[in-house]
Amino acid sequence: MKLFTNERPDIPISNHHKEDGTQWTIKEKLLLGLSVQDYWKQFFRNPVNWLMIIICSIGIPLLLGRYIFGLGWVTHASNDYPWGLFLGFGLFGMVPLSASGFLLGTTVELFGRKDFKSIERLALLNGLLGYFFAVLFLEVDLGMWWRLPYPMVVSLGPASVLFLVAWHVATYLSVQIAEVLPAFFEWCGWLKGKRIIRKFVLGLTVAGIILSTLHQGALGALFTYAPAKVHPLWLSTNFQWIHFFCSSIFAGLSMVIIASTLIRNFMGWRCDDTFKNNLDYVTVGMAKGASFAMITYLIIKIVAVAHDQEWSYLLTGWGSYYMLELGVGVVLPMCMFAVGIRNNWLKLIRIAAFITALGIIWNRINTSLICFNWQMYQEIPHWKEVWITITLYSIYFMTYRFIVYRLPIVYGWQDGK
Amino acid sequence: MKFMEKLSRRRFLKSGLAATAAATVIKNTDSKASGNFEGYPDGMGVLVDLTRCVGCRSCEAACNKEQGLPEPEKPFNDFSVFDELHHGQKRRTDETAYTVVNRFDMPDFDHPIFKKFQCNHCNEPACLTSCFVNAYTKTPEGAVIYNADVCVGCRTCMIACPFYVPTFKYSSAFSPRIMKCIFCYDTRLKLGKAPACVEVCPQEALSFGKRSDCISMGRQRIRQNPGKYVDHIYGEHEVGGTSWMYISSVDFDKVGMDTTLPKEPILNSVKDFLAIVPMVLTIWPALFTGFHLLATLKDKVMEMEMEEKRKEKEGQA
Repeated sequence: MKLFTNERPDIPISNHHKEDGTQWTIKEKLLLGLSVQDYWKQFFRNPVNWLMIIICSIGIPLLLGRYIFGLGWVTHASNDYPWGLFLGFGLFGMVPLSASGFLLGTTVELFGRKDFKSIERLALLNGLLGYFFAVLFLEVDLGMWWRLPYPMVVSLGPASVLFLVAWHVATYLSVQIAEVLPAFFEWCGWLKGKRIIRKFVLGLTVAGIILSTLHQGALGALFTYAPAKVHPLWLSTNFQWIHFFCSSIFAGLSMVIIASTLIRNFMGWRCDDTFKNNLDYVTVGMAKGASFAMITYLIIKIVAVAHDQEWSYLLTGWGSYYMLELGVGVVLPMCMFAVGIRNNWLKLIRIAAFITALGIIWNRINTSLICFNWQMYQEIPHWKEVWITITLYSIYFMTYRFIVYRLPIVYGWQDGK
Repeated sequence: MKFMEKLSRRRFLKSGLAATAAATVIKNTDSKASGNFEGYPDGMGVLVDLTRCVGCRSCEAACNKEQGLPEPEKPFNDFSVFDELHHGQKRRTDETAYTVVNRFDMPDFDHPIFKKFQCNHCNEPACLTSCFVNAYTKTPEGAVIYNADVCVGCRTCMIACPFYVPTFKYSSAFSPRIMKCIFCYDTRLKLGKAPACVEVCPQEALSFGKRSDCISMGRQRIRQNPGKYVDHIYGEHEVGGTSWMYISSVDFDKVGMDTTLPKEPILNSVKDFLAIVPMVLTIWPALFTGFHLLATLKDKVMEMEMEEKRKEKEGQA
């Protein structure tokens, strides 16, 4: 893409009109203003796409196999570990990393921090896609996936934590679609829609905070159903929801730092100057937010250990593993953030964000898989399960890139505000 | 002034009264729904006496036939299954077996101990309370039954069950479901009959009766045979009490039973979270809109000042 943008002044597309004054058609916009041949040429020139093709060429048949031969064909069909990677990574890992939407929505729209405006849309998109793919992961994992709407319409179990998760994720997904729609409306030129959404922004943002607080927390609270199965260090029935909610704050912020870093480095042609010039400033700002959330998280983690009188567990092997997780996944990046913010070392901040995101996934997989049934045996996921998880994540990556290539996420649409 | 005082006092009394009334009403409903449910009074139960079980597996066979489960690989008179280990674990229930018997070798004893295992039919079942489509029901007869027509297959019940009872029909792509013991509800319990496994047991290791009677019977056996039993009925209080209960001559943790389970129902550990839900739903909107007003106050003030200045200028002109 870089090659083309150097040769042609009219692309990347950032307004409705071509050089000669005629309008871009939707098809041309979808092809990024390239001819079909050129489009495929740039597609195959990118080595990342080859990797994606290899992953999908095995992963998609496996995925189809899951729907034809059942879950038992791709997983170990364990009755001791009913939840595997699809939920452990796909739901419990993706959802905290997608807290970005409500975080920056709140910062910009609610707290009026217009200085973060340039990153808001990316954060909203990151949130929307993360949730959407978490639901897709769920659809792979659910035994009767075709009954997804049952808890909403057919048979209601409102006293259950999962009921809250289902309703909140569903409503929040709609809220996020509404929040990202203005970018789509600008791109296809329907400004009336954008104005309609504009009127509801405050309401949508407040709804976003409520729903996020509750379902990020509810994901944690799901494990309070298993007080005798999850290792006591990873489960605090009183504080579990705060742990999950609080850690989603720095997870979401770190994910935006990661996404924006990747976009600036590999999609520089797509970013406009506002985005590029503001990026360092907003990155430092988000790192500050993340480090505040991290110290809060660390303290309530310690409070939970104290509250449940679990100090003696810290001296066991599990305790070392627990401290390793907190040390590498939280304390280390927190210190890196601190040093990075103080000295304005953007590179250090970006590496820290990457470690933070991995740390959160690690924590969620620990809670749902590794430290689950800690007194039993260790379940190692089936290779097909691992492959399908990677495949879905690759599709998530490609969808993400597809949208950032086109919609005004990291650039401003030039006509029709 | 005096009038004002009077009014405020009256108002104070009035609101105080209202608050008391509200508190009484709330307290009443509270005590009704506070989760101290100890099972239906006439709920049935089974007492399993581990000292009597000889590991003949006829209960397994009877269950298999009664519930129409697939024929197992090894026949029910094949006792080599007791030596099977999966991931270092003894046999467990799965989509082909609602109940299993396991052998536990005791170094201090001249004979092994056998333990039959199946759904314990909790008074306040974790599977039921964790289900978001209400697929489970605790019947007045004591059974915990399952409705496959509404189940979505999320398997949260399997996470929640402290006894690892519900299993999933992973082998099916088009009609998967949860498979678990239902106390022979449809075919027997509803009609007042004992479940198939109890009826077939040649050793009378399983005794069927009202749950309260099962507890008395267990106590009686423990009392009348000093030194024979451990002084504990497993299931009387575990996770809020279960319909199936056990007495044993060895500590229960030696026969693969979790003795660290809480005495209250699993639901109690979830209540902390459930309580914050209405608070967040009601407090957050006001709180955050308030934050918004505060955060944008400066802009508002500036706007007003500008407006005033503009008006002043107009006035001067």
